[in-house]
Amino acid sequence: MIHIENLSKNYHDLRAVDQISFDIKKGEILGLLGPNGAGKTTTLRMLTCFLKPTSGSIRVKNLSIDNDELAIKKLMGYLPESAPLYKDMIVYDYLVYIAKIRGVEAETRLAHIKDLARLCGLTDVMHKPIDELSKGYKQRVGLAHAMMNDPEILVLDEPTSGLDPNQIVEIREIIRKIGKEKTIVLSTHILSEAEATCDRIIIINRGKIVADGSTESLKQEARRDTILNVSLEGAQAGDVENKLGSVAGVEAVTIVDNRPGHLDVKLICDAEHETRHRIYACIKATDWLLTAFFLETQTLETIFRNLTQEK
Amino acid sequence: MKQAVHIFKKEFSGYFISPIAYIVIAIFLVVTGWFFFTTFFLYNQASLRNFFGLLPLIFSFVIPAVTMRLFSEELNVGSYELLLTMPVTFTDVIIGKFMACIAFIIAMLLPTVAYPILISTMGTLDWGPVVGGYLGAILMGGAFAAVGLFASSLTRNQIIAFIVATAICFSLTLIDKMLFFLPKSLLGVMAYLGTGYHFQNISKGVIDSRDIIYFFSVAFIGLYGANLSMQKKY
Repeated sequence: MIHIENLSKNYHDLRAVDQISFDIKKGEILGLLGPNGAGKTTTLRMLTCFLKPTSGSIRVKNLSIDNDELAIKKLMGYLPESAPLYKDMIVYDYLVYIAKIRGVEAETRLAHIKDLARLCGLTDVMHKPIDELSKGYKQRVGLAHAMMNDPEILVLDEPTSGLDPNQIVEIREIIRKIGKEKTIVLSTHILSEAEATCDRIIIINRGKIVADGSTESLKQEARRDTILNVSLEGAQAGDVENKLGSVAGVEAVTIVDNRPGHLDVKLICDAEHETRHRIYACIKATDWLLTAFFLETQTLETIFRNLTQEK
Repeated sequence: MKQAVHIFKKEFSGYFISPIAYIVIAIFLVVTGWFFFTTFFLYNQASLRNFFGLLPLIFSFVIPAVTMRLFSEELNVGSYELLLTMPVTFTDVIIGKFMACIAFIIAMLLPTVAYPILISTMGTLDWGPVVGGYLGAILMGGAFAAVGLFASSLTRNQIIAFIVATAICFSLTLIDKMLFFLPKSLLGVMAYLGTGYHFQNISKGVIDSRDIIYFFSVAFIGLYGANLSMQKKY
């Protein structure tokens, strides 16, 4: 559906996006994830033909952004960050204006706008000036704007930024709903959001792709090493290090806290189920008292931090 | 072109949603009306010559007020991003906004049609210069509007846009009144650059292609400049 190759963008001497390439399949919900200033917005702006790439190519359904800009714009719906709308227009007038520019037929226009308003929860504010709307409602107007032409590809830049938790859940539901039929590219710096809505995640940092995969596979990758926290009473630090360290599958043993008669130990071991069996069996064979035994879950959070903070 | 029409309609009605249209039109009518009628009865002539004589000067600060927000506000709010990611081209946007300015200028001049009607009841009015004057006013308004659009495309600050546009329009208006400062060899060129010179011809009822070409070229340069400066931003 979308094919991006060696895409770069320079702002003066700053390289915002650096040689990124990826493909987006039809019907996919892709999350672009990265810290602030990683180049997410720039990438999306190039994808929507707002910015011209310094180098590299973008093809959408075999149309190139250099030659078929208008055709590509027709396929896409775009919600920029913080939904910059005309302040003094009334929501209804605004949507009518967008419908006209988007080429929605006059006969079906009103019905179409009504449907969209219902989907985005705008029915109650249709006759208010955009300026008077709360952030959440503005975001919804922006979403209605983006979906006006029933786009095949929906590009959403931080669609839930600045919303309250209830609104976030609602917007996510809307995205999920639309995502069943459409290709969606969204950017966010909130991991749980990417986890909750996306099929596939691309993590970018400093303009480069640092990870690319389905939500599951990224998590799987994170699970390669498991961190096991164990608390023991009546054990000696040295003994524990020796005995647990020699269990097959355990890679490292660190004593986190050593109070008299009480030990907190962190074990780094492989993800095999049997390793944990063996660790337990090892502890059971001694006269130590086991008071805690829990897995530290490595979430996307951890991968994200590892990938974006190194260097 | 259809897109330009939608943008035109939106921008034109946008003027009348905010108070800006009413303020600008009121100021324009008060200023022209007052300056014109304070001397009108002294001259004791049934002509609109003095009214049209005022227009270049008044237009040079009224029209920048009309055009200042057209691009600056979009840049400031960021709505330009939404506009340009819809299937429109730069040309659509610029033509649409420019046509909205022209329509606004016509709307602003419309109430002053009462003057010639009033005057024609008092004496014999020659309608030729009146028609020429209005045509010239629209042409000059268009040229100034293009300059204003260009100034507005330079900055996201409306006040700066206003000042830049006013400065350019004033220079164009005053240039042929400053000719005595200039060396003789430059006189012809500078006089030709002045708006007043061309506008006077038309408002006498003489419609010369040279004057029309002048206004069209100022408008074209302004719009082309606006186009370039917007394209360069992204």
